[in-house]
Amino acid sequence: MGNQLNISPSPHIHGKETTEKLMYGVVLALMPAFFASVYFFGTGAIIVTATAVVSCMTFEYLIQRYILRKPISVTDGSALVTGLLLALNLPSNIPVLMIVIGSLVAIGVAKMTFGGLGNNPFNPALVGRVFMLISFPVQMTTWPVASGFKTGYTDAVTGATPLAIIKEGLKNGESLSQLMEKIPTTFSMIIGNMGGSIGEVSALALLIGLIYLLYKKIITWHIPVSVIGSLGAFTAVMWIINPDSYASPVFHILAGGVLLGAIFMATDYVTSPMNPKAMIIYGCGIGILTAIIRIWGAYPEGVSFAILIMNAFVPLMNTYIKPKRFGEEVKHG
Amino acid sequence: MLKTFPIGGIHPPELKLTSDSPIRQLPVPQNITIPITQHIGAPATVMVKKGDSIKTGQLIASVNGFVSSNIHTSVSGIVNKVDTVPDTTGYRQTAVFIDVAGDEWIDTIDRSSDLKKECNLSAEEITKKCLDAGIVGLGGATFPSHVKLSIPKGKKCNVLIINGVECEPYLTSDHRLMLEKGEEIMVGITILMKALVVDKAMIGIENNKKDAIEHLSKLALNYKGITVHPLTVKYPQGAEKQLIKALINREVPSGHLPVDVGAVVHNVGTAFAVYEAVQKNKPLFERVVTITGKSLTNPGNYLVRIGSPVKNLIEAAGGLPEDTGKIINGGPMMGKALNNTDVPVVKGTSGIVLFPDSESKRDEIKPCIRCAKCISACALNLEPHLLATLSLKGLFERAEQERITDCMECGSCSYTCPAGRPLLDYIRLGKSTVIKMARQRNIK
Repeated sequence: MGNQLNISPSPHIHGKETTEKLMYGVVLALMPAFFASVYFFGTGAIIVTATAVVSCMTFEYLIQRYILRKPISVTDGSALVTGLLLALNLPSNIPVLMIVIGSLVAIGVAKMTFGGLGNNPFNPALVGRVFMLISFPVQMTTWPVASGFKTGYTDAVTGATPLAIIKEGLKNGESLSQLMEKIPTTFSMIIGNMGGSIGEVSALALLIGLIYLLYKKIITWHIPVSVIGSLGAFTAVMWIINPDSYASPVFHILAGGVLLGAIFMATDYVTSPMNPKAMIIYGCGIGILTAIIRIWGAYPEGVSFAILIMNAFVPLMNTYIKPKRFGEEVKHG
Repeated sequence: MLKTFPIGGIHPPELKLTSDSPIRQLPVPQNITIPITQHIGAPATVMVKKGDSIKTGQLIASVNGFVSSNIHTSVSGIVNKVDTVPDTTGYRQTAVFIDVAGDEWIDTIDRSSDLKKECNLSAEEITKKCLDAGIVGLGGATFPSHVKLSIPKGKKCNVLIINGVECEPYLTSDHRLMLEKGEEIMVGITILMKALVVDKAMIGIENNKKDAIEHLSKLALNYKGITVHPLTVKYPQGAEKQLIKALINREVPSGHLPVDVGAVVHNVGTAFAVYEAVQKNKPLFERVVTITGKSLTNPGNYLVRIGSPVKNLIEAAGGLPEDTGKIINGGPMMGKALNNTDVPVVKGTSGIVLFPDSESKRDEIKPCIRCAKCISACALNLEPHLLATLSLKGLFERAEQERITDCMECGSCSYTCPAGRPLLDYIRLGKSTVIKMARQRNIK
């Protein structure tokens, strides 16, 4: 018996948390948004999601097996999350081949070239999406309008997103009050009845996901609250200064990918800062950059760019923004 | 509102299997091995030689310097030899081997069970008695108590904190002691208060021991200045600095002692040992040890003579289960795994925990996903993932700047890590190297 005793050092117990559980927790939190996308965009949403998930997982497997020759970890859920997030950031009628190329860039370029899970500086799904946006600008900005779950993959009617309507309209000299009549009601924007990427439209579904993530302690409140809060505050100031040329903060938060980005993309563990102070700075950076791109930039939407730009600052923030250590400030009671 | 410390912490399954099991006496074994280092500080100087006839409670190794402690025999009999033995840490060290004959105690010990409340000794006399009786901190750190009672010049203690937290899973020895020896603990606390010249003592107990909180709160009504404080159940609340923060909201700065914020912390077990030493003239030669594990048929709490082999304790608890894969000296968070059961119980042994084989192995190590859960778990707000990486890469100067030496090795980071990374193993490596570097720097 004597030589069968394990003598590893303490601690001798381990919590129940595992990487897989965290990843599948994120997948579960994304389900309301996925179901909402099927409800609003029909077959297209299913085809886009299935393609992205299958190709991301396949590329991860192939690269680990034949190029890196490392142990296969495709079942850890991280490639599944990347695939899902990529899909939810795409229009429902995007050709399958483009999704496969986007997935290859996401997994192959943004994740595996850096050494795989835990080492990538930029959010893989966003790198894939931005690559597609730049490579296939027409297909990536032709948005089917939400027309119900019976909609087929190819027969979707397309139209502009609320953000694009505002951007184009203001450029053409129309006034904001005229434009606001063309965009969906606030209620439609909350439930998701508008054009856009399949996963970004339903604020309600995304907020259910947020509650689940917070409840399961998969993420903390710092990043989502600071992204949404800073975007809201910035656009509120502009709106108060000139309500005729700047849209309201409520519109800015509900339109486009702010909620999807703030809840699921900016909070990606690997590419976000690790202590609360840095998380808030990072979140505010994303919120403000998004507002700047939307208001003054060439693109109507800027969440993806804002997150990628802030991703680049994360190593710097992790090095220079430190939590206050226990006993650092001497208190005399 | 329950009090607790604000930063970090975890809540592992409590598994206090033995909290309802009364303290029983472990039969005195045939042979006893008493190591001469059972405390932090210099090893004691052996006072006996082969063939000496000794009585229970007699001094066999005496204090060697200020930070050191007396060692007494826990049995009567003949000294067989003075030799080395692997102790609970796994290292060989000098110990006195005794063949037990009868159980004859030295005359000065008052063996009656009457409660003796009055104590007319001065602070110096109390401290002297603790030194003579070989009292050390019984919470696990085994720091000599007389040192803690000697407040350095220019510093002042204004509150005594009594640690009844017992935040390690499985262990129940302090819990049972509070229930069964509450009155003695109270007297012990008043003696400690006298020695420290303070008029206030706070007992911190985690809220999973409601009966102990209730019992001691009732007793405290008759003792001036002693209050009982229920605490949220959270590991590592039993750590000195965390308990002080929880109870009086003061942070002991890194590298300083609790007395620097006006507090001194003693364990409930120590308070009981002080009572016995001062009021009954009984040196510290036995203590309560929890023997527990899911597969044991008869886990329980035993009053054990120091030097009894661990295997006797396991025997009393129903014998070593077939499926045993790990034997831990102490709790599962900070205890050390033993490689054999012949090692003796020492002053710092609060419990022996047996793990089945299925729970003894570690998970596979996966890549860090930077989830920051280790940072949230760290009670000192360090960055365990960073300290671990710096240690692995040999960047020890940087690790020192990131305050690796503050780490108290509570293990919350490794416990929490979803990737199953043994963060604390890496940090220990870095910490010991940094301490060595700092020492060499001081020599130059």
